[in-house]
Amino acid sequence: MIRSITRQKPEEELDRLLEGLTRLFIIGCGTCVTLTRTGGVEQVRAMSEALADRGKFITGETVLPVACDNLTGEALKEHGAQIQQSDALLIMTCAFGVQTIARRIGKTVVPALDTLFVGKESGVGRFDEICTQCGSCILGETGGICPVTACHKGLLNGPCGGTNDGLCEIGDGRECAWTLIYERLKSLGRLEGMRRFQGPRNNQAATMPGVWRDAPPT
Amino acid sequence: MGSSFKEALDSGKFVVTSEVAPPKGTNLEKMEHHVELLREKVDAMNVTDHQSSIMRFPSLGGALLVKEMGGEPILQMTCRDRNRLALQADLLFAAARGIRNVLCLTGDSIILGDHKEAKGVFDLDSSQLLAAIRTLEKGKDLGGNALDGSPEFCAGAIVTPEANPIEPQLIKFEKKIDAGAEFIQTQAVYDLDNFKAFMEGARQFPVKILAGIILLTSAPMARFMNKNVAGVRVPQELIDEMDAAPKGRKVDKGIEIAGRMIRRIRGERMCDGVHIMAIGKEERVPDIMEAAGLI
Repeated sequence: MIRSITRQKPEEELDRLLEGLTRLFIIGCGTCVTLTRTGGVEQVRAMSEALADRGKFITGETVLPVACDNLTGEALKEHGAQIQQSDALLIMTCAFGVQTIARRIGKTVVPALDTLFVGKESGVGRFDEICTQCGSCILGETGGICPVTACHKGLLNGPCGGTNDGLCEIGDGRECAWTLIYERLKSLGRLEGMRRFQGPRNNQAATMPGVWRDAPPT
Repeated sequence: MGSSFKEALDSGKFVVTSEVAPPKGTNLEKMEHHVELLREKVDAMNVTDHQSSIMRFPSLGGALLVKEMGGEPILQMTCRDRNRLALQADLLFAAARGIRNVLCLTGDSIILGDHKEAKGVFDLDSSQLLAAIRTLEKGKDLGGNALDGSPEFCAGAIVTPEANPIEPQLIKFEKKIDAGAEFIQTQAVYDLDNFKAFMEGARQFPVKILAGIILLTSAPMARFMNKNVAGVRVPQELIDEMDAAPKGRKVDKGIEIAGRMIRRIRGERMCDGVHIMAIGKEERVPDIMEAAGLI
């Protein structure tokens, strides 16, 4: 399962974003942000109380099942009256949810969270960023570990001089992707993959912003 | 005009390089003083490129200053701050202004420096930068377009002989040589028996290797490096030796140790020369060279 990983914005930033906006409707999501405890039922409740204490009028709150779903517009209809009388929607979902809601509801949206990365659950209570969707997949030569993502510098030809004892120079215990790749390829008897010179990456393989359209049937 | 550093490497003599750091600001006096002090004594001096990701006067400007003052610069270029257009452009500029030596580095992480929210670029890596230099020399840019006038460089890279595990570093070392590295300056080495073992493997490659020597200035500084600088291992005996030196004479002890190490490296012909880094104590480099019997 992949999840959109989020973190609550600092209080000062939220206060600034909400300046002059008094009547707020709060929206959470039952999927990723419930899992990461940044926008589930409890967090929406806590935010609602905290903002009421800070002088805001909370017109209502809801936790959508899947905020990024196209049915979100429909799901919000039952709160139509509360939303109508709000100055803004305070949205405790990832940015996919924020943009989905902004597109469907003609209201000012204020995100309560920062969206960090799309993460893969790699253990209980842990998500790791393992793919940045770069458009030029190198996994076939790196033992299935992505250096573009897992290496802090996105290096393609092996470790930098900052690694030591299998750890990355940035500290906080993060592992050196190239040490992991080396060990994986060695165990597979495929170290030649690491010896092959990789030329500069095509950074425009998926020119930003990415778009995909279904091909018309022929 | 060719590279006198390249001539020194090819001559078979024991080559000595050192380094100077551009200032944080526009006051070049201290750097000029260091260049003045070193230009006649070393075969070339590296000009560091926002070392440790700390924003400074640029290495390109520093290398130009060394050149104008009659020294032989080695332009350090990291891949952290410039994409492939900017790196190639700076190489063209360097070549046009007589800078003939380049050291290609990945670059430290942004988050270790003093602009922690900046974007780390890494559009190229160190081996790709070496390959880019060889491409430019053939009259083409990385887009495959013809150049009107092409550069010529003596290009180098680095290796960390004390890295653990060493094998991934060695694979990259070979890739750098294949990509066009003519010389290698190593991360600081202190355990010369280890370095000797490293050189037994490294010697088979067509590349000149200069052993990195960082001046020890105190026992806490040595312990700090052991804890915080990847691939630097100061053996306990050397830390004890620094500890035992009388107060006020620690740097002199460090100079004695550096001199002793260089003498042994040279005496046993372990490698092709040394790269002396006296971070913050550049004015003592001549003393190290004297202690090593080099001048």
